[in-house]
Amino acid sequence: MSQTDARAVILERIRAAGASSSAPAEVPPPPPDTVLDESAMLELLVENLRDYRAVVTEVNGPELRPAVDAVLQRHGCRTVTVAPALDDSDRPTDAFTVIEDHGLSSQELDGIDAVVTTSRVAIAETGTVVLDHDGGQARRALSLVPDVHICIVRADQVVTSVPEGVSRLRPSVEKGLPLTWISGPSATSDIELNRVEGVHGPRNLEVILVR
Amino acid sequence: MTTTSSNPNPLADTMPTFIGMPKFPTMAKEALGNTQQRRNLQHATHTIRAKRAAVVGEMNDWEALRRNGADTKDEVLAHLDTYLEQLEAKLVESGATVHWARDAEEANRIVIGLVQAEGVDEVVKVKSMATQEIELNEALEEVGIAAWETDLAELIVQLGDDRPSHILVPAIHRGRAEIREIFRNKMAAVGRPAPEGMTDEPRQLAEAARLHLREKFLRAKVAISGANFAIADTGTLVVLESEGNGRMCLTLPETLISVVGIEKVLPTWEDLGTFMQLLPRSSTGERMNPYTTMWTGPAAGDGPQNVHVVLVDNGRTHVLADEVGRQGLRCIRCSACLNVCPVYERAGGHAYGSVYPGPIGAVLTPQLRGTGSAIDQSLPYASSLCGACFEVCPVRIDIPRMLVHLRTQVVDEHRGTRNAESSAMQAMAWMFADNRRLQKAQRAATLGGKLLGKRTSLGAIPGPASAWSGARDVPVPPKETFRQWWSRTDGGRR
Ligand code: SF4
Repeated sequence: MSQTDARAVILERIRAAGASSSAPAEVPPPPPDTVLDESAMLELLVENLRDYRAVVTEVNGPELRPAVDAVLQRHGCRTVTVAPALDDSDRPTDAFTVIEDHGLSSQELDGIDAVVTTSRVAIAETGTVVLDHDGGQARRALSLVPDVHICIVRADQVVTSVPEGVSRLRPSVEKGLPLTWISGPSATSDIELNRVEGVHGPRNLEVILVR
Repeated sequence: MTTTSSNPNPLADTMPTFIGMPKFPTMAKEALGNTQQRRNLQHATHTIRAKRAAVVGEMNDWEALRRNGADTKDEVLAHLDTYLEQLEAKLVESGATVHWARDAEEANRIVIGLVQAEGVDEVVKVKSMATQEIELNEALEEVGIAAWETDLAELIVQLGDDRPSHILVPAIHRGRAEIREIFRNKMAAVGRPAPEGMTDEPRQLAEAARLHLREKFLRAKVAISGANFAIADTGTLVVLESEGNGRMCLTLPETLISVVGIEKVLPTWEDLGTFMQLLPRSSTGERMNPYTTMWTGPAAGDGPQNVHVVLVDNGRTHVLADEVGRQGLRCIRCSACLNVCPVYERAGGHAYGSVYPGPIGAVLTPQLRGTGSAIDQSLPYASSLCGACFEVCPVRIDIPRMLVHLRTQVVDEHRGTRNAESSAMQAMAWMFADNRRLQKAQRAATLGGKLLGKRTSLGAIPGPASAWSGARDVPVPPKETFRQWWSRTDGGRR
């Protein structure tokens, strides 16, 4: 039987199942979001990021570049990849070899020490950073293959709750952009439930929060 | 397989490990003899349980979130045809190709065709219950395509020629020393060997997996995934994970094939606000899992450019047609019900003979597959009806009610027939009729199941009795509920 048949058969089975009778009269709304003032919200974000083993540096605007350099230094990185669209003010200085991504292969990325990206939204309640991979956020492979991910978050991108974060991301999704939600470095608990950080994603997540 | 009711909807045509699988009591009895597994399981379930309780306790109004989640799912199930059509339209608009599969065989055929069209003989896979359910790996293997599982636990299971025992931590029945042996003996045959001198330290084992899989990720052309959610009003698919193997599979290959059960739809993008809270907190007991990937068709210059979605029925419409049973389709596979279940904790995941173990497996499997086999008839008894599963379920599935419903069904189907199963029912009735007999059976079982194994007359005790009887070091789980039920319904006959 052809695909159109499969589709028609499944839809027909669904209709024959008669489940519409169990439709809820009205879906109750989700509970109201937590509301925090900005400083409490940023504090919560930092606390939750750290709780999930991300390293957080808090800076004022002009301190950003030196902060990026310092992180790279701390990890002994030499080569850094960035999206071509990443602002100069967000990049490391000439002390490092900056490789712009013009279609680097996965193998090439595997040989690069670190990546610097921006982000779209950060969620304080869960310690989550979300990238929609537009502009300076780079395509997905960049923040995945190198072992150190430096992620720049600006204070006005931070929201308190997950539902707030989700609403803010609708325009990205409508543009067809993919999203990556990141909460701490890659981790597994598959071996006797021992937490081990760093399996396949970057083993180091460095968040720089710009106030 | 035959349907036993007048329902026109066919059942799942395959589910791994089912055919010829001994029924739950037999499997549970075997598992109970394995102390190492029992210790691992107990440690795991208790740890995750405590973490879950802590992060759920942080929430202002968890109950309201659960209700919103449950009713959102009910809304989807009530109008599933409409939401699926909307999802399909959005997926197509975003550039994805949509396929429909009535059963496992059809789903496998579609996936095989897509993989072969790319001219490759290997694929990388993200852990997915749906592909386990349809036995995709086996189907691929038959036509000479290697399917590499990339989740650490799935890798352990696959290399060890084993079966998963838990939804969230499938290799939880394996200890570190065993894992080391598996890696040392098996990795070399399928790719990069385990490093020389690797110890059984979890960090070293994880590193071995990282190195072994990295070469596979970097060269893979085709990836296969499932999806936790599929958003109807945007055409977005969502995969939650921890290790980054999901991101690797969903990002690096050129072609991505996602096998998605038709019940995974959510109406709107905003519904993720609820489910991205319910799932991680219920599942791993984290505020948020380390990584989630969401994609809406192919993205220009970023990730797979050929994006396929296979929407699979495989028995789901059969479940949908059952008024009591359909709530099982709300399940978001968080595994919270496994971690609180006293029967699961003792019997282990393998005893359920299904990719869906624990309380949800006990209700979902016999519904998806029908109660035609011995194992499926015994599954509704693999519970003490203590109610803990309902309490933790983030989408409020009333598993105890469904179990009772299914038990009635099993008994109805066998009324008047004298087969092994109905004798088993009578044996159970006899057991529960007299407290001393039950205690005697429990004492017998504490001798390590060996004695039980010799006494054929006790061999047919369905699930709960054999699970309880092995629980020597722990108080007997709430048997009252079950026994009350038994006398009230005359063993499910009323
Ligand atoms: S039944 Fe509920 S608790 Fe169990 S796995 Fe499904 S969603 Fe989670």
